[in-house]
Amino acid sequence: MPSAVDTGTAAAPAHRTRGALARLARDGLGLTGAILVAAFILVALLAPWIAPADPLRLDVANKLQGISLAHWAGTDQLGRDTLSRLIWGARMALGISLSATGLAGAIGLVLGMIAGYGPRWLDGLMVLCFDSVSSLPVIMFALAVITVTGPGVATLILVIVTVSIPGYARLIRAQTLTMRNADFIVAERTMGASTARILLRHMLPNVVGPLVIVLSMDVPVVIMLEAGLSYLNLGVRPPQPSWGNMLYDGYTSLRQQPLLVIASGLPLVLATVGFTFLGEGLRDALDPRLRVASR
Amino acid sequence: MTAPLLDVRGLSLSYGPVRALRGVSIDARAGEIIGIVGESGCGKSTLASALIGLPAPGATVAGEVRIAGEDFLALPEARRREWRGARVAMVFQDPMTSFNPVLTLGDQLVDFQHRSPVPRAEKRARAAAILARVGLPDPDLALRRHIHELSGGMRQRAAIAAALLMRPMLLVADEPTTALDVTMEAQIIHLLRELRAEHQGAIVVITHHLGVIGELCDRVYVMYAGEVVEEGTVDEIYHSPRHPYTRALIDCDPAHIDGPAGRLPTIPGRLPDLTGTLRGCAFQPRCPRAGPRCLALAPPRVAFGPTQAAFCHEAGR
Repeated sequence: MPSAVDTGTAAAPAHRTRGALARLARDGLGLTGAILVAAFILVALLAPWIAPADPLRLDVANKLQGISLAHWAGTDQLGRDTLSRLIWGARMALGISLSATGLAGAIGLVLGMIAGYGPRWLDGLMVLCFDSVSSLPVIMFALAVITVTGPGVATLILVIVTVSIPGYARLIRAQTLTMRNADFIVAERTMGASTARILLRHMLPNVVGPLVIVLSMDVPVVIMLEAGLSYLNLGVRPPQPSWGNMLYDGYTSLRQQPLLVIASGLPLVLATVGFTFLGEGLRDALDPRLRVASR
Repeated sequence: MTAPLLDVRGLSLSYGPVRALRGVSIDARAGEIIGIVGESGCGKSTLASALIGLPAPGATVAGEVRIAGEDFLALPEARRREWRGARVAMVFQDPMTSFNPVLTLGDQLVDFQHRSPVPRAEKRARAAAILARVGLPDPDLALRRHIHELSGGMRQRAAIAAALLMRPMLLVADEPTTALDVTMEAQIIHLLRELRAEHQGAIVVITHHLGVIGELCDRVYVMYAGEVVEEGTVDEIYHSPRHPYTRALIDCDPAHIDGPAGRLPTIPGRLPDLTGTLRGCAFQPRCPRAGPRCLALAPPRVAFGPTQAAFCHEAGR
């Protein structure tokens, strides 16, 4: 008998969360992902205390240095300490990507469930809107928004959220459509449940699984998007460090000092791996139907 | 005689041009178990959906479904929703798919009581009590299980428990034993019979299985092509069926065949096209006794005593 189900008599939701975490901890890749993500979040939160130097302090005499005791990850083309910039960059990268994907995911979830469960004419209208938004080229759209609002982190998040919502909403809509006539939803209606109750209590836990994994896999995509937009001076503005603009700084000085590109790319790779593993681990841990199989 | 708890009068239901139910009238008194029997496509499940006031979207409904004197179908949707669970509840054919796969049984049984004002712990206690009542060996453990962690028989017991949770007046069981093996079927029939004694309301059992009806029900309605063709007590229907369709149906039941038979008997022909209006008797093309009147005129209701009646031109002769 599965032991996770037998522990405790506390209120069920807390019990379920605890069970999911315990299952995640037993899954090697999921645990690796969780540790990586936790480490990045910790670094981002503790940036002011753990960064060895001021990320903005120029020291042009010591530009583009390699690894040394004074600069563990070298310096960039203006002599700024790369490690410190990476640590502060984690703050920017995670702050933007987590808030943007989280917000887009939440809005997409609600819109997707409404489209999938609501009347068919509403579904048609909403899908039309999703398609219209996804047909916008991201960069052109970002340029248009920036001419109105001016560049900055808030604009960046607004752009990312807007272009990400349709994908998430469509994912949830498809899930909801396959569930809307499921026996247990009909059974729920025969017990007099309102639409809100059906959606929030019964539909949501059934459709949210794929969204969790897509969201966690999209976090690195958003980090890349932030990098790309920052390069075009549409996002994080220099001298504020972000992994994106550091990568592009490194790219411009690749011939003199390849370390800068490597050092700025590495956190991006590790974050991608971490969030992807975490996403897969969460999916397996949250879905009770997969429990028997994964055991 | 007391007024019937469930009184369905002239219920018709169409999906676009398809007339799935055509003037169905049934009734059930408190404490009674009635059976609805018929072959696939005769409108049994459509009738079930109408009884709980949840016809498929786009269906046009006419007629009355009175429960304790009030017309369920005439109520606004908000009021109907209040009735569901509390006045009328349903047991589904496949309990595996009729429970939410990601919630524990306890969470779901608590959620079903969402209209009850009592605290959560009390709802959980009530859920455990009703699970114990339907014969789940360790209710507290079962409450913490997901539906896929229960056996088939336990699932169906849990489904019955869920339907009885709010003490409904009317319990509709749509093929409650079809997904079970014979041993489980016998246990569930036994359980429903026991529950009938304590349950104040009426139970409507919908099935294509004559054996289940015989074991469980007081009265039977035989349906064919969206109509009731014969009604009567179980004894009357089994031992002196009057409608040719009922006779054919009983002759086809493998339980009635003695010794090895070369071929299973069947009813020749097929269900009539339910689009548009049917002229005469719906069963007439397949009926061995069909006469000229059956072609032209709708069959009359012919009573055979206080409880039995058949809709047939030829039955009375």
